[in-house]
Amino acid sequence: MTDYAKPLPKVTDESAPFWEGCRAQELRIQRCDSCARFRFPPQKMCRHCNSVEFTWAPVSGKGTVYSFTVPTNTSPGELPARGFDYPYAVALVELEGTDGVRIASNIVDCPVDEIAIDMPVEVTFDQVTDEITLPKFRRV
Amino acid sequence: MGSLSNVCSIVGIGETDYLVNSGRDPLLLALEAIRKAVDDAGLEPKDIDGIVSSSIDASGSEQFIASNLGLSNVSYTSEVTGLGGAACATVAHAAMAVASGMAHTVVCFRAFTPYDFTVGAKHNQSTLWAKASGVGEFLRPFGWSAMVDTFAMNCRRHMHEYGTTSAQLGAIAVAMRKHASMNPASIRSEPITLEDHQNSPFITQPLRELDGLISNNDGACAMIVTTTERARDLRQKPAKIMAAAQSLGSHPGLLWELSPFKPTITESEAAHIAPRLYAMAGLTPQDIDVAQIYDCYTYTVLTMLEDYGFCKKGEGGSFVEGGRIEIGGELPVNTHGGHLGEAYIHGFTHIVEGVKQMRGTSTAQVEDAETTLVASAVPGPTSALILGR
Ligand SMILES: [Zn+2]
Repeated sequence: MTDYAKPLPKVTDESAPFWEGCRAQELRIQRCDSCARFRFPPQKMCRHCNSVEFTWAPVSGKGTVYSFTVPTNTSPGELPARGFDYPYAVALVELEGTDGVRIASNIVDCPVDEIAIDMPVEVTFDQVTDEITLPKFRRV
Repeated sequence: MGSLSNVCSIVGIGETDYLVNSGRDPLLLALEAIRKAVDDAGLEPKDIDGIVSSSIDASGSEQFIASNLGLSNVSYTSEVTGLGGAACATVAHAAMAVASGMAHTVVCFRAFTPYDFTVGAKHNQSTLWAKASGVGEFLRPFGWSAMVDTFAMNCRRHMHEYGTTSAQLGAIAVAMRKHASMNPASIRSEPITLEDHQNSPFITQPLRELDGLISNNDGACAMIVTTTERARDLRQKPAKIMAAAQSLGSHPGLLWELSPFKPTITESEAAHIAPRLYAMAGLTPQDIDVAQIYDCYTYTVLTMLEDYGFCKKGEGGSFVEGGRIEIGGELPVNTHGGHLGEAYIHGFTHIVEGVKQMRGTSTAQVEDAETTLVASAVPGPTSALILGR
């Protein structure tokens, strides 16, 4: 695990609870304490009611593919080396029970040409270093 | 105060050569484009009393511009944030400064070098990539790491919801390259066929190489804005600023790269601008004779044709077929060849081309064109102009 070469998240105070959740095998999303709406990526304030009070609430981890891409080559504006094996799929997963909140991830154990929009998926956790566990998704 | 409509005009334009990776200095590029725009207008550098720049520009601050040009009377400066979406907003800010009397002759400029997206962006607070951490941490570990990935994500959803095809995107690429082949300044000067497009390899599916911009060029553009009244005494036929608009869109907390997290991802921020823009100009989409629409990828043209009301949402694919957006068609788009064919100066070449169409000097001139839409980048903060003859 020490030779993991792909980009790692730079954990901030704001996002640390998300990554702690992943280490504990639980997908946690910010939920407003005032109006109960979910939001992702993290924000300091609820856009709906402007409350700054929120909870990192566990979600089921089930969802559907909302959209996906298949990066196949280096391309304009690319940040330094992806370190990924082409082709792979980046999926935008809409999380069940969150009223439409989406998260970016990869679909594992599924050939890229079998991935489709609306495909049901569920979270699976991939511990890539001692500190970081990434939430990935698999077909259900 | 009354409407900004037609109060100001673009009276001078300047462009450097567009070259691939020439290594030219961004400040020298900016100064060259500004000098040319000043000459084009029949003015002197000392006439400039306002400077508007794009915040990602690497040529340095407005103080470097003023210092090198010897401007001793600058009374207004501003820097517009928002990457490629900022282009038309620089002209809007210039027009507001002129209309309010803060300044009389304002230059807007953009020097682009590949540095802007690599080293430069890291020093720029207003760009997403400037952040050492933050939203990128939810994208990069999964291999979402290039600009094209965001456009591809939105495009795939558009294809799913509306049946848009890669070949329809190809019709856009073919049109841009046709116009580029008519423009001697173009970097990609050879026309392409739909078959070429369909045989082109994917960069990030569903987008192909020929869906994408020229990313490794450098060059600069500049425009001079003053009152329409004063424009009558200057050298060139003015391009009147009939309307200008700017928008952060409906979910401004989500920066451009996070646009696929918005509730509706197939509609861009352009949909927020369009009603205000047409109302200010007193026009409808049917009154637009030619359009200059930001084309870092073919998909942005498709979605903005819908969002600016040239067709219904979801019908962009069929709209672009059959040569409708080529010269001689119903709505020629990017008559300079756009970022796909001419050069990539982050939305500013589209403004220059809009002015040329209003003067009647484009290399793909639309006969009797009286109005042109100029639309800057989406997704994320965006801006647009309607220019008139
Ligand atoms: Zn709330």
